[in-house]
Amino acid sequence: MRRRFTGGLPFVLISAVVFFALREVLGATEIVNAYWQLILDQAMIITIASIGLSIIYGFCGQFSLGQAAFYGLGAYVAGLISKLYGHGNYGVFLLGLAAATLVAGAVAFLIGMPILRLRSDYLGIATMGFGIIVKVLMDYSNKWVPATGGATGMTGVPQIAKFPVIFIIFFLVALLVRNLRLSSFGRAWMAVRDDEMAADAMGVDTTRVKTLAFVLGCALAGLAGGLYAHRYPIVHPSSFDFLKSFDFLIIVVAGGLGSLSGTIVTGIGWVFLLEVLRAVLGQSFIDFRGVLYALALVLVIIMRPKGLLSGLEWQPLIPRHVPGTTPAAGQAEVATDSSVRGGMPNAGA
Amino acid sequence: MILAVKDLNVAYGNILALHGVSFDVEEGEIVTLIGANGAGKSTSLRAISGLVRARGGKIMYHSQEITRTTAHNIVRMGIGHVPEGRKIFANLTVAENLEMGAYTRRDGLEAAFERVFKSFPRLKERLKQNAGTLSGGEQQMLAMGRALMATPKLLLLDEPSMGLSPILVQEIFSIIQEINRQGMTVLLVEQNAYMALQVATRAYVLETGRIVLSGTAAELRENPQVRAAYLGRAV
Repeated sequence: MRRRFTGGLPFVLISAVVFFALREVLGATEIVNAYWQLILDQAMIITIASIGLSIIYGFCGQFSLGQAAFYGLGAYVAGLISKLYGHGNYGVFLLGLAAATLVAGAVAFLIGMPILRLRSDYLGIATMGFGIIVKVLMDYSNKWVPATGGATGMTGVPQIAKFPVIFIIFFLVALLVRNLRLSSFGRAWMAVRDDEMAADAMGVDTTRVKTLAFVLGCALAGLAGGLYAHRYPIVHPSSFDFLKSFDFLIIVVAGGLGSLSGTIVTGIGWVFLLEVLRAVLGQSFIDFRGVLYALALVLVIIMRPKGLLSGLEWQPLIPRHVPGTTPAAGQAEVATDSSVRGGMPNAGA
Repeated sequence: MILAVKDLNVAYGNILALHGVSFDVEEGEIVTLIGANGAGKSTSLRAISGLVRARGGKIMYHSQEITRTTAHNIVRMGIGHVPEGRKIFANLTVAENLEMGAYTRRDGLEAAFERVFKSFPRLKERLKQNAGTLSGGEQQMLAMGRALMATPKLLLLDEPSMGLSPILVQEIFSIIQEINRQGMTVLLVEQNAYMALQVATRAYVLETGRIVLSGTAAELRENPQVRAAYLGRAV
């Protein structure tokens, strides 16, 4: 049974090392300049938060509109800790990241506990409300903690999240979620998504499993927010408006619900697409952004209803796994069985 | 007695679906609940496995009351439920569906797989396939195999013949008998009273939420009312 976690893993590790080395070379030769490096870092940060939503909505089927709020919560928590106590200290930065993750997860737990008992879309409504409240609180936060800057945004967070640490965290998150997806937790999430009543009948404590998905997904948003605060000089409430939650939603839906590879590819692709559009369209991009978002999503849904990767996974990341005996032995047994049974009618009803 | 249901009342909103239903199942039996659409057959099973709450009455399993036990704990106590309409996990593979069936167990997975493959060899050929792509008969087999993965002591089967061709109905029922011969107690809900009375030891007839008749399957096969209403034969 362990094989399901190790199968494909060497290939994933090698790919990560190759990507890292490639970036180092391109960075040293200035082919990847500071600007594109920022975009790459942001793409990974956005993707970490998207993977979080992918757990909540893609794997477990719980519709949430609060991802940007938890992302923002993480940014403010980690940003404040670093700004007030860190002064560029790397240990405080990592501590802040941990705090951001925990706070986002704890808040998600408090919101999810009462709502996830219900079998409906109440989570979407509740998280939307939460998103709006969080934005208002951020706007007025300087009344309680002057260092947040309130509606003008928070500056002065040490910008010490560089490519290596962002990449390592991104990689570890992807690996963690991959293993969860392959574990019995992952199967329980998808069972709840496919048929909650049947999952119940299999012995799944559905409330617990949904809460776990929601808490973990929001904690990842908090972690991503914490990184963001250390990679982008202004932490501003408008960056975490509840409409921003749709960005994450688009990435998860366009990547294919339930596809981890799809979320990663689309998350990175999405951020780069926006930058290319900004370069091509200039200032008018800001005005047309809403239209382009909607258009991109509609196009994906029409042409790839199951997401960009058509719901498939990159095999080394999420291998299709067959339990029990070795494939060869299994084949042989199947062959004798069907010959004994004299070629049963293949399809029934 | 493995299962005893006493004066069970279940309501959906204001509509009472079961009016004081009582029946019991002995170890090793196949007991069937037959009746028309909306008689309360599925509701009875759902109440036993904790998927709907009883409003009144008592459900005893191995002389332990489970009326208020949650669904996920009832599975752990050894009651497996194959729901009406199969309710397989369409986007999971056949293998993953079976693994979901074994969600509550920590060991003996390989043996459980082997047992299921023995009863349903066709599932083995389809392991990597998404369950949603299976035919109706295969989906029924998967739903049954999935419930068997937990090695339950009591298997609740809800309309296993639904939407299947006569040949497949025969096949499914002979598998049910085979599983029973290996020691599984079965509580079977069926609209296909003819098939159900062929395999069952005892039967109860439900009409609009009440038990109106009960007896051994042989008795009910010969009962004129049953023959007229459920077996489609003149008295």
